[in-house]
Amino acid sequence: MAYLELDRVAKQFGAQTVVDDFSLSVGKGEFISFLGPSGCGKTTTLQMIAGFLDPTRGAIRLEDKDLTAIHPAKRGLGIVFQSYALFPHMTAAENVAFGLEMRNVPRAETAERVRAALAMVGLAGYEDRHPRRMSGGQQQRVALARALVIKPSVLLLDEPLSNLDAKLREEMQIELRQIQRTIGTTTILVTHDQNEAMSLSDRIVVMSQGHIEQIGTPQETYERPASAFVSQFLGKTNDFAATIDRTATPARLVAGSWSAPAPAGLNGPATVSIRPERIGFGDAGLSAKIVTRIFQGNHWLFQCESECGPAIVIRQNDGQEQPIEGDTVRLAWRPEDMSVRARVVA
Amino acid sequence: MSTAADDRSVRAPWVLTAPALMLFVGVLLIPLAMTVMLSFHDWGQYKGIEPVFILKNWREIATDPYYAEMFWRTFRIAILTTLLTAVLGAPEAYILNRMSGRWKSIFLLVILGPLLISVVARTLGWALLFGGNNGLVNKLLMSAGLIRFPIPFMFTETGMVIALAHVMMPFMVLSVWAALQRLDPQIENAALSLGAGPITIIRRIIMPQIMPGVLSGAIIVFSLSASAFATPAIIGGRRLKVAATLAYDEFLNTLNWPLGAAVATLLLVALVLIVVGSNALIERRYAEVFR
Ligand SMILES: Nc1ncnc2c1ncn2[C@@H]1O[C@H](COP(=O)(O)OP(=O)(O)OP(=O)(O)O)[C@@H](O)[C@H]1O
Ligand SMILES: [Mg+2]
Repeated sequence: MAYLELDRVAKQFGAQTVVDDFSLSVGKGEFISFLGPSGCGKTTTLQMIAGFLDPTRGAIRLEDKDLTAIHPAKRGLGIVFQSYALFPHMTAAENVAFGLEMRNVPRAETAERVRAALAMVGLAGYEDRHPRRMSGGQQQRVALARALVIKPSVLLLDEPLSNLDAKLREEMQIELRQIQRTIGTTTILVTHDQNEAMSLSDRIVVMSQGHIEQIGTPQETYERPASAFVSQFLGKTNDFAATIDRTATPARLVAGSWSAPAPAGLNGPATVSIRPERIGFGDAGLSAKIVTRIFQGNHWLFQCESECGPAIVIRQNDGQEQPIEGDTVRLAWRPEDMSVRARVVA
Repeated sequence: MSTAADDRSVRAPWVLTAPALMLFVGVLLIPLAMTVMLSFHDWGQYKGIEPVFILKNWREIATDPYYAEMFWRTFRIAILTTLLTAVLGAPEAYILNRMSGRWKSIFLLVILGPLLISVVARTLGWALLFGGNNGLVNKLLMSAGLIRFPIPFMFTETGMVIALAHVMMPFMVLSVWAALQRLDPQIENAALSLGAGPITIIRRIIMPQIMPGVLSGAIIVFSLSASAFATPAIIGGRRLKVAATLAYDEFLNTLNWPLGAAVATLLLVALVLIVVGSNALIERRYAEVFR
């Protein structure tokens, strides 16, 4: 049952279509990420849900009520902005209390809820600090507390972690996920960091140039990318051009000296997409020469020149002897690890 | 123990700033000191300036109520001008900031345009519109039978405040505009999403953050208005004097330079005290916004 629903939403600025045919239904308590490169329309979509922008077409519904008809101030959504947008002239506690004040929550209750919210984000004792005297991570937590204290029906996060350094970002990711799990708020996170999207969300919406490329769980989008764009955007991948060999029975899918039984329903040229960590060195398969070998602690990274173009292979450092630069190897993988797409030949 | 290198690094800043420092001393400090000294000299109708040290001028300013009234008028006009520019200029800057691209630049030009025109020309414009029976507006209203006597503008404090506010408006708008530029572009959306209405957003979120801009604009407008010469000279003439026009008259008409110097010195000292004092207050009050 959809809690928040976007139905063929589109947004145009003048003649430019920035978001097109965006349909998504979010379940209650779900954690969704919008993932895509810069300028693909993530913020625009989020702002339409928040009500700062009106959709050109389509409908947005929350619990089957038309959200676009409700004034942004009355939508009751919690929003954390990329720049945090804290009120610099108010203390942390005053910032968090603002939303409650607007709702005429009694003073005593406000004080208690503000205290609890700040404690939840690990900022107990920072009540009287002004935002400008706090670190980026602390400001980010105040922004989160400010958005959560009003018990929002949906929490919207616009790249909230992008201003933090790598270590702090990782800590905040874990914290964010824990907080979201505890209070169960339906959450939409905008990010262009695929690791962040994968480690936090229940489902990822991969976007490109204003439209949805794929919606799926992190595993689905990683292992069964629906398009070349998705497989390239989510981690490293190898794309090999393959053809169908009909002379054999049953027909076989062939890439260089590698082949496998052809999947049903595929008859033209195809692209075989395979993750570097799923490729092994075997006795048969795609023949390749190792160009560089990089040791990365827990794994080895091999850059190879194969029959079908460049290839990347990642092997766990399990203590086994590994091939060295200049060696000729055979690349092999299990058919269930690859995804095959029809290839349009120009 | 100091080495040659240390010596050089200590001396270098002084040597490097010496030319500018000398210019500063030569054209600002020395004339200023001479003006202060001049205010202690004696003057008589027939004997001219006598370089002696007496407190005659200062005693005259302190005891003659004419001067108290004149200084009070000067500051009253400056305060009212400041209030008027703040009340009109702050909303003006806010509206300007919310305009979209092209209109914004057009209106910014409209607001800054007056800065390109001489103060004298701008003030004379007011005189042409409202000056006595022959002022354009007065003439029009009188011939239309709407008023029987010309609206008093020339030689009135109201006229002076209006003309000064017109002249000073760009400084206030620019100062508030600069404060608005520092606002987070999403700050209004943040308040909106928390349930604040438009009036609450302006009162609780925008106003407190642009207050430092309004106040620093106020300091600029106040000090420029209190020491303004051209506008009070044209609107007030010889009848309604302020500190600057009085000092000018003492210097060039009465030729009582020492008295003029005393008036000018007092104006300067009062202004410096007011500006420095209020600046310190503002910085203390708005420490967290400035940081
Ligand atoms: N007010 C506007 N007027 C015209 N075009 C706009 C406007 N706002 C955004 N755009 C355009 O819409 C497109 C999508 O913008 P959006 O801010 O949604 O991207 P994004 O996915 O959030 O990117 P980023 O990761 O860089 O934040 C961009 O090409 C942008 O130039
Ligand atoms: Mg964005």
